[in-house]
Amino acid sequence: MSTLSYTLADSATMLRRQLRHMLRYPSMTLLLAGMPVVFLLLFVYVFGGTLGAGLGGLSGGRAEYVNYVTPGIILITVASAAQGTAISVAMDMTEGIIARFRTMAISRASVLTGHVLGTMIQTMISMAVVIGVALLVGFRPTAGPVEWIATIGVLAMVTFALTWLSVALGMVTKSVEAASNLPMPLLLLPFLGSGFVPTDSMPAGLRWFAEYQPFTPIIETLRGLLMGSPIGNSAVLAIAWCAGIALVGYLWAKALFKRDPTP
Amino acid sequence: MTRPQSAIVTSGLRKSYGDHVVLDGVDLDVAEGTIFALLGPNGAGKTTIVHILSTLIGADGGTLRVAGHDPADDPDAVRAAIGVTGQFSAVDNLLTGEENLVLMADLHHLGRREGRRRARDLLERFDLVEAARKPAATYSGGMRRRLDLAMGLVGDPRIVFLDEPTTGLDPRSRRTMWQIIRDLVAGGVTVFLTTQYLEEADQLADRIAVLDHGTLVAEGTADELKRLVPGGHISLRFADASELESAAHALDAVGRDDDELTLQLPSDGGVSTLRALLDRLDAESITVDELSVHIPGLDDVFLALTGHSDNEKEAVR
Repeated sequence: MSTLSYTLADSATMLRRQLRHMLRYPSMTLLLAGMPVVFLLLFVYVFGGTLGAGLGGLSGGRAEYVNYVTPGIILITVASAAQGTAISVAMDMTEGIIARFRTMAISRASVLTGHVLGTMIQTMISMAVVIGVALLVGFRPTAGPVEWIATIGVLAMVTFALTWLSVALGMVTKSVEAASNLPMPLLLLPFLGSGFVPTDSMPAGLRWFAEYQPFTPIIETLRGLLMGSPIGNSAVLAIAWCAGIALVGYLWAKALFKRDPTP
Repeated sequence: MTRPQSAIVTSGLRKSYGDHVVLDGVDLDVAEGTIFALLGPNGAGKTTIVHILSTLIGADGGTLRVAGHDPADDPDAVRAAIGVTGQFSAVDNLLTGEENLVLMADLHHLGRREGRRRARDLLERFDLVEAARKPAATYSGGMRRRLDLAMGLVGDPRIVFLDEPTTGLDPRSRRTMWQIIRDLVAGGVTVFLTTQYLEEADQLADRIAVLDHGTLVAEGTADELKRLVPGGHISLRFADASELESAAHALDAVGRDDDELTLQLPSDGGVSTLRALLDRLDAESITVDELSVHIPGLDDVFLALTGHSDNEKEAVR
């Protein structure tokens, strides 16, 4: 077999290991899907009536707000999965098994690739659960089959980028506790963007930040695909952000994994 | 038979972390198919050597060859020839024993059937069949260590590194582990073992190197090392000071302790020396309360070489 097919085989082996971990301890997957569902219910039923009225749409109120907030909640799912990834990578790095992998003639990237692919599958499942609950509580997207496929593509792209970043975050920290705190800002970003309220309702400084941070074009792209609102240049910005974050995360993670483990 | 080759050679191996020198020029030569024990107190640098030889970390200086390859230039060639069992338990706790072994087989690209077969063989050989389908997290210390070693053997390594393989094991598990190690070498594998137990090195190793503060202070077979320290002696205890005094006049004592009422006489541990001494005592009508023969062990060598004999100095003074 060639080097490439060994790399693929090793990555598949590592992915199987990741999936086995998930099956054996489903609580992590449930937790990752659970938090955004709680957020969704909280925002729709507690704040939804008032926030929806402020949107000034035709129907107004709660029904309008479900449609507005769902893309943001989906991104919360990705962000909370990123936190889970950082934790599981940090935990894995403290285990002897990683030291063993390092002394074996295997593709080094496969250890990380296994984590990324495993997390992507886990996150896609969580997002499906979140979208399912959103549909139950009144989310009525206008998307056709093409838009849905595009939506899945965008979500996969975002997940891929944030997962590589969180793999690096999981490795750069010295402890599991730190690894669980480091990706926290990712959870806040949908709030400090157009995830929950339109950015023009924010004070000037915050609005500037909200309009230029990566989550806003991603949310606007998703909203456009699902609800038919104008996308503009958001799609291009979203792709550029994701490509950049993925590249930085990948190179950073690889460099971190390559260095000698500290005694 | 071809001439025995070296499985591991290092020359002037150096490693520091900042100002802290961990290895200060270590020369090793391990012949193929033998057990080599690296003996040393905690913090001597044993694990660092294993980490460097097993490609986990890089060396700062010196030349090294593991299975004929330089870990710095061609780490994958070294990795393909070695199996490592660390003092860290390198098992996946969430997977079962069997899954752990199959994981290793997959990473060695053995193919599904061959991988299963080898996993089954190893489970049997290491007495883990009953626990095969339980998560490794539920294993006892001894079982975990056996699984750890079994995982290192899936790829049929030529050289096996065992970093303190029996630390923290109960005496029975330790003996099981020793037997496993002996069987390995009988199969032609080279074993590089680190240990802080002298008995373990004595029992298993063809050659022993004593490491202290990052340098080798002695190297040889267990017997060669034991010969390095004099110290075989017979100790006699007397009922009172006058007996001690008369015995001291009659015998060629090398040591005397008036408080303890004891005399130390040189001895090679042989029966004839002992008999001659007893005849002498009879002839001089000296009554001895207690007699003990002290044979030098690796303990004496270890204490003498590593200079951690603070208690003894105290006693002499």
